[in-house]
Amino acid sequence: MTLKIVKPGLATSIQDLGRPGYFHLGIPMGGAMDRLALRAANLLVGNDEGAACLEAAFLGPEIEFTAPATIAVTGATMPVKVDGAEHPGWTAIAVKAGQVLSFGYLKAGARIYIAVSGGIATPPALGSRSTYPIGALGGVDGRAVQAGDELPVGRSAGAPEGRSVPPELRRAVSRPAELRVLPGLYIHRITDEARARFFGEEWQVAPEADRMGVRFRGGSPLDFVPRTPPFGAGSDPSNIVDGCYSYGSIQVPSGTEPIVLHRDAVSGGGYFTIGAVISADMDQIGQLQPHTPVHFIPVSMETALAARAERRAALNRIREALG
Amino acid sequence: MKEIPSPLPGTFYHKPAPDQPPFKANGDAVAPDDTIGLVEVMKTFIEVKAEVAGSFAGYVAQDSSPVQAGDTLAKVE
Repeated sequence: MTLKIVKPGLATSIQDLGRPGYFHLGIPMGGAMDRLALRAANLLVGNDEGAACLEAAFLGPEIEFTAPATIAVTGATMPVKVDGAEHPGWTAIAVKAGQVLSFGYLKAGARIYIAVSGGIATPPALGSRSTYPIGALGGVDGRAVQAGDELPVGRSAGAPEGRSVPPELRRAVSRPAELRVLPGLYIHRITDEARARFFGEEWQVAPEADRMGVRFRGGSPLDFVPRTPPFGAGSDPSNIVDGCYSYGSIQVPSGTEPIVLHRDAVSGGGYFTIGAVISADMDQIGQLQPHTPVHFIPVSMETALAARAERRAALNRIREALG
Repeated sequence: MKEIPSPLPGTFYHKPAPDQPPFKANGDAVAPDDTIGLVEVMKTFIEVKAEVAGSFAGYVAQDSSPVQAGDTLAKVE
């Protein structure tokens, strides 16, 4: 069977859990920005948790099914419609051949994940079907989906309709959102006052946020500790001798607008980084709408590890609920 | 009176470019395929189509202002 893309939405792309292992070569892991939502969508339709889904940001696509299937839509809150009739999110839905999936206006969050029983079966690249457009890897010929595409779907024994992720196990984005940050190696480049302001002030998500990075505005520019630039570093006070970036790392070019690197991150460069958003909060970044107010909260490594364990426990509760 | 909603969240613009006039002025004829503004998100400018026909009755959302999906952008009589 195939999924016929009638309308693509906005930068709707095939994503799975990504291609770890190539970041040292400059190829990011990629994959779903909200990994928990992708896993939950797959569990609902009886797939492996890491099967390929469609990730759609802000605007839902329109898709026609050529054969019966079970589908589920997780992540952002966006009315799900099959032939115009509304269905709940985070729930397994049976669709018949010829039916059309479409969406209403986004209500909360930013990205939906559409899983179909059998999983999307486009050819993997470097072990993943995730779309990385800059490297032309994965997806449909390395790009986002377009109107007219017919996406192959794998075989499935099918899954019962009606199963649902309990509401208390769906993670909502708080407003203002709180992103926990582990301060990093280069934080000494800014003054203590600038550090206090960065963590004390409210920032807003800038509209240009995408899969590579999410930019923030609204806080005060950072003041740097005076220095003579080391050999190999640029002359801007925010420059360093080129270093590695991690997923979640926060760079602030010229000290003005912080950028949190996300799943399609660049692997290194010459900007200092304040620290990194902890792995437990990365999914949440994928659900931030433009202009959402955000606070960055400094935390310790112990807190970061405890939060990661808590996220793992939350995933286990979803597995048990759907097992 | 018909309302034109924003299909997605982002920043709404009345003009195709900063040095150009707005897409529509009060009283202009509106056809369903006409663009009435742009919403910027993820480094992309999405054209907002009127989807209705009539006479343009004014912008509701300010130029360069943040909008949510479903917010009313403009009205058509």
